[in-house]
Amino acid sequence: MSVLVYTENWEGKFKKLSFELVSYAGKLAEMLGTSAVAVSVGNVANDELQKLGNYGAAKILSVKGTGLDKLDNQVFTSVLAQAAAQENAVAVVLSNNNTGKALAPRLSVKLRAGLVSGVTQLPSSLNPFTITKKVFSGKAFANVVVKTEIKVLTLAQNSFELVQVENKAVIQDFNANIDAGLFKTTVKDVEKQAGKVLLTDAEIVVSGGRGMKSPDNWGPIEELASLLGGATACSRPVSDEGWRPHSEHTGQTGKIIAPNLYIAIGISGAIQHLAGVSSSKYIVAINNDKEAPIFQAADYGIVGDAQKILPELVKAVHEVKAS
Amino acid sequence: MNILICLSNVPDTTTKIKLVDDNKNYEKTGIQWIINPWDELALTRALELKENADAKVEKVTVITLGGKEAEPTIRKALAIGADDAIRIDAEPQDAFFVASQLAEVIKKNMYDLILCGIESSDYNGSAVGGMLAELLDIPSVSAVSMININGGEISINREIDGGKEMVSVPAPLVTVVQKGIAKEPRIASMRGIMMAKTKPLNVVPAAPVESLTEYAGFELPKPKAACKMVSPDNVKELVDLLHNEAKVI
Ligand SMILES: Cc1cc2nc3c(=O)[nH]c(=O)nc-3n(C[C@H](O)[C@H](O)[C@H](O)COP(=O)(O)OP(=O)(O)OC[C@H]3O[C@@H](n4cnc5c(N)ncnc54)[C@H](O)[C@@H]3O)c2cc1C
Repeated sequence: MSVLVYTENWEGKFKKLSFELVSYAGKLAEMLGTSAVAVSVGNVANDELQKLGNYGAAKILSVKGTGLDKLDNQVFTSVLAQAAAQENAVAVVLSNNNTGKALAPRLSVKLRAGLVSGVTQLPSSLNPFTITKKVFSGKAFANVVVKTEIKVLTLAQNSFELVQVENKAVIQDFNANIDAGLFKTTVKDVEKQAGKVLLTDAEIVVSGGRGMKSPDNWGPIEELASLLGGATACSRPVSDEGWRPHSEHTGQTGKIIAPNLYIAIGISGAIQHLAGVSSSKYIVAINNDKEAPIFQAADYGIVGDAQKILPELVKAVHEVKAS
Repeated sequence: MNILICLSNVPDTTTKIKLVDDNKNYEKTGIQWIINPWDELALTRALELKENADAKVEKVTVITLGGKEAEPTIRKALAIGADDAIRIDAEPQDAFFVASQLAEVIKKNMYDLILCGIESSDYNGSAVGGMLAELLDIPSVSAVSMININGGEISINREIDGGKEMVSVPAPLVTVVQKGIAKEPRIASMRGIMMAKTKPLNVVPAAPVESLTEYAGFELPKPKAACKMVSPDNVKELVDLLHNEAKVI
């Protein structure tokens, strides 16, 4: 028996998200009286693989081979299903990110295992296996019972604390049997922006709405984000207008994020916007309308003109950082 | 090329959720039902492709699982421009149940390109598209923000962390689409609404399939504590609070 956890890599490296997943899988394994086995697909060096042991992986299966550097949903699903079979997995944990969303449903069918996506907590009961997830984009929670012997879970990013343990992990090569005919996804080109903190990874997010008035006013938002080591975001109309790239759009129809701090500037706080940010640990609102719904969702607020407040905010953060 | 769009019929995104039956269910009456926002964008993109002669799209079909009460949503899709529609006469139970019902119907009459939204705005499952592809044993691409068809070749952009990949996959396939796939959802014209009344809507009976999960009950989030207001003349205080009280900077 085991809890299998899929740890994606980014050019051979893991990130905090991977360690959150392993921490979660380790704790789940503890509840189930078994251990966590991590699966890594693609070229990752052994010292990097070994890091997964710091967070509770007892064993690390490393799958290497040609064609595994690019995601093909059928190929990766097949690899994970084979690993699950070898390790007698009773649960498989993936991230609720793009890759996890692509693989978990396929795996659920292949293993006949009930899927619960976007979980943020360990199960509340093992018999029956019951786990809570957000529904209606955060307006309610549902208690979902998984009826099958094997469970597939996707974990929401930034929702589970890291758990450090003594590293006892063993690394094993895993030779998956992959039919060449299964590879159908050809990647023709890649466009990537390097060097920026990814919105979904960021612990601090500075976000602007239509109240910023013009794309020319974004300077202080970018400055604040970079000062705080965070990422920039925006509301939907801002990206629809082309003021900011689509990748920054947060909310129900954009990115769903859960940073430690979300600073909303000139954002009214429409329900569809809040759907994407309400899991933030702290929300700060800066808005010139004291009736704006964002203040209902915020922990700290200032009523005032963003153009006046932003430079002062940048200055004050500079001072705190310097002290 | 034939395109199929899987539509989910969901409460309007502004709906207030009220729990009933001892929190086992939510109030479904008095709700405005809409086409799931991503599915609406998928339909819009399919229609744009059909209008582009190079794409050679013959037909755009929509399919939904639901009782008779889902028909206004289906008619809306027909009014926006879908050629025909299928309603599978079953109440959705979980994502696996929905995907299995869809697969049973699609197997009998395969489509070249199947579009699903990245999630439905009610249960936020992000599951049906991938499950459907696995049940049909065909490729899938997720996080899709662009689809083009040219000379029979389907080219796709999928989002990756910090960028995008341009991929191509042979038909038949399932694409799971998100923001960017179409700019704005299309709105039905008066003429579209009239025409929708005569377009075919085929009702097919449910297949005997199982569900793998069950919704045992719901809870509402706890109310948030009041927002602490800081004077606009004392911005420094906000930073102090974030530094010393919240300890996030
Ligand atoms: C199906 C559907 C899905 C949607 N999905 C999303 C989504 O994912 N994300 C999203 O963001 N929206 C989404 N929306 C749109 C949403 O309903 C709102 O229209 C949108 O969030 C409003 O953006 P905003 O707050 O930037 O702009 P506005 O609502 O125009 O608010 C601007 C705010 O700025 C304030 N302001 C103006 N001037 C100043 C100033 N000088 N200083 C300080 N404050 C100022 C105003 O008081 C106001 O509160 C969706 C809508 C629908 C129907």
